[in-house]
Amino acid sequence: MSETSSQTRRAPEAATPRIEVADRDRSTDVTTTVRQSTVPSAITEAVFEAKDVSVFYGGTPAVRNIDLKVPKGEITALIGPSGCGKSTMLRTFNRMNDLIPGCTLEGSITYHGEDIYADDIDPAEVRRRIGMVFQKPNPFGISIYDNVAFGPRLHGMKANLDDRVEQALRGAALWDEVKDKLGQPGVALSGGQQQRLCIARAIALEPDVILMDEPASALDPIATLAIEDLMRQLRGQYSIVVVTHNMQQAARVSDRTAFFSVDMEQGVRVGELVEYDLTEKVFTAASDPRTEAYITGRFG
Amino acid sequence: MSTTLTPTTPPAPTGPGGLREIDAHTRGRKRRSLIARYVLTAGMVIALIPLLMIIWTVASNGVGALGWSFFTEIEPPARREGGGYLNGIVGTVYMVSIASLLAIPLGIMAAIYLVEFGHGWLARIIRFFTDVMTGVPSVFVGLFVYAALVRQFRFGTIMGAIGLAIMMLPIVVRSSEEMLKLVPDDMRFASFGLGARRWQTVQKVVLPMAGPGITTGAMLAVARAAGETAVLLLTALGSLQVVTALSGVAQSSITLLIYDGAKQPFDPGKERAWAGALVLMGFVLLLTITARYISSRARR
Ligand SMILES: Nc1ncnc2c1ncn2[C@@H]1O[C@H](COP(=O)(O)OP(=O)(O)O)[C@@H](O)[C@H]1O
Ligand SMILES: [Mg+2]
Repeated sequence: MSETSSQTRRAPEAATPRIEVADRDRSTDVTTTVRQSTVPSAITEAVFEAKDVSVFYGGTPAVRNIDLKVPKGEITALIGPSGCGKSTMLRTFNRMNDLIPGCTLEGSITYHGEDIYADDIDPAEVRRRIGMVFQKPNPFGISIYDNVAFGPRLHGMKANLDDRVEQALRGAALWDEVKDKLGQPGVALSGGQQQRLCIARAIALEPDVILMDEPASALDPIATLAIEDLMRQLRGQYSIVVVTHNMQQAARVSDRTAFFSVDMEQGVRVGELVEYDLTEKVFTAASDPRTEAYITGRFG
Repeated sequence: MSTTLTPTTPPAPTGPGGLREIDAHTRGRKRRSLIARYVLTAGMVIALIPLLMIIWTVASNGVGALGWSFFTEIEPPARREGGGYLNGIVGTVYMVSIASLLAIPLGIMAAIYLVEFGHGWLARIIRFFTDVMTGVPSVFVGLFVYAALVRQFRFGTIMGAIGLAIMMLPIVVRSSEEMLKLVPDDMRFASFGLGARRWQTVQKVVLPMAGPGITTGAMLAVARAAGETAVLLLTALGSLQVVTALSGVAQSSITLLIYDGAKQPFDPGKERAWAGALVLMGFVLLLTITARYISSRARR
């Protein structure tokens, strides 16, 4: 993208932090883009704890022996080359992999200390508390209002539904844009608005965690920045785990970064967790040469 | 070989202008495209001719005997003028309605099972029998119902309806299955991600989206049943009276009356048969157009 076109494109919504971010985008020296760490390096309270997790598709391993602690109230980014199992790992946290025939899991994942794969755990209850935003915006073909009200209605949370819908839309920074057309179909919105609608739909259930799988990869740069802004706003109230293949995005928004890589194991490509630390640390002083190679763009 | 790869006159960059200067290859492509278009148009017109001839023949022959009395009176002895097909109309409406009540819900349920729930051997068996049933000639279905039920319970409305339902079932299953498969998995994942259970997802997301298509398929199955003859010969038999009994008494249908009317040598009876064909054609046409309208409006 040329200098001028990017200038004109971001002009309408220009605000100081965004200009900075856009400038950083073009910077070749990635280390300058890293968000300064505001969290202690030790995790005091974990929402998720994955212990020795391996996931298989039809018996073939996709990720192997993952140990990962996701802290409460922070943004944790999962990065790595395509096919390294980021989405697979993300889906283990709300048992979405259960829906894929032939997908099996070994190891354990606890959510606030409770094993979510225990026999007496209902996956629907897990997903209700752990919201998910997908790569491609996927609003239902119903009105904006009904999209947001879908989850609450499903779970019988019908009291003050209007308020709940409004709060969710405000929370997703979409209210001002849609408050006069709540009855219109959600699919008529722009891509970025659709994705924020999906976020509103998720937070209408007041989840504890939001899992986002490359939430901005299908969006234009301005909509991407809007989603990143939103993630920073949601941080704290929600714990967020975000998958991205965009390193700058991880650097801009996340507190911690987990870097996954692909390893050849008996002729099969298997994803593994190479490094997991404060984002600042991963981007400026990676301890594994593979991480550094990926981050400086020499690989992936 | 190499001569075709390197054209004798290389398509040199013509620079600005020269839009009308077309080389030989482009001319060839253009000509082939034009020929294909003429051939396909001709094919369509040829295919349309028999259809138009049927409509014309039925309409011109049938309109003479068509009047109010055609719908209010029963068929008199063949050589006498006047009267109508009330007995046949009642029988057709009666049997097709019952058959629809049996086949449509059952067919839709089977399709939902196949697409949303079934992955094992039961699904494979259902799918196999649906395929087989689609190709079974209607006489066989008639013979089957005759052998299995009619010999024991005698000819009648319900026997005819069962025969028609068996004819309709594979059509409903197949078309509903296709429509359910058209619903993107994205939508299912969105719903599951909000903590919906499988059945809730089917009910609230999948069926509303597939509804218009399923309706269309069901209407085409109804049209198919309304025109069915061979099955009814062996299950309903035919009647000269209006029959309201569900069972024990042979029932009439428009197609059975047409079959009898066309066979005998008297003109009044033949004319009524043409009128019956016209009525049936109008009914089928109406159903088809409605089905088209529903699916086109849903697609928008
Ligand atoms: N539904 C699936 N069925 C079979 N294999 C899958 C499926 N989803 C992912 N995989 C495999 O698992 C590996 C990791 O994929 P994924 O988690 O999508 O990686 P990423 O999100 O990092 O690109 C890949 O080799 C991919 O082919
Ligand atoms: Mg992915």
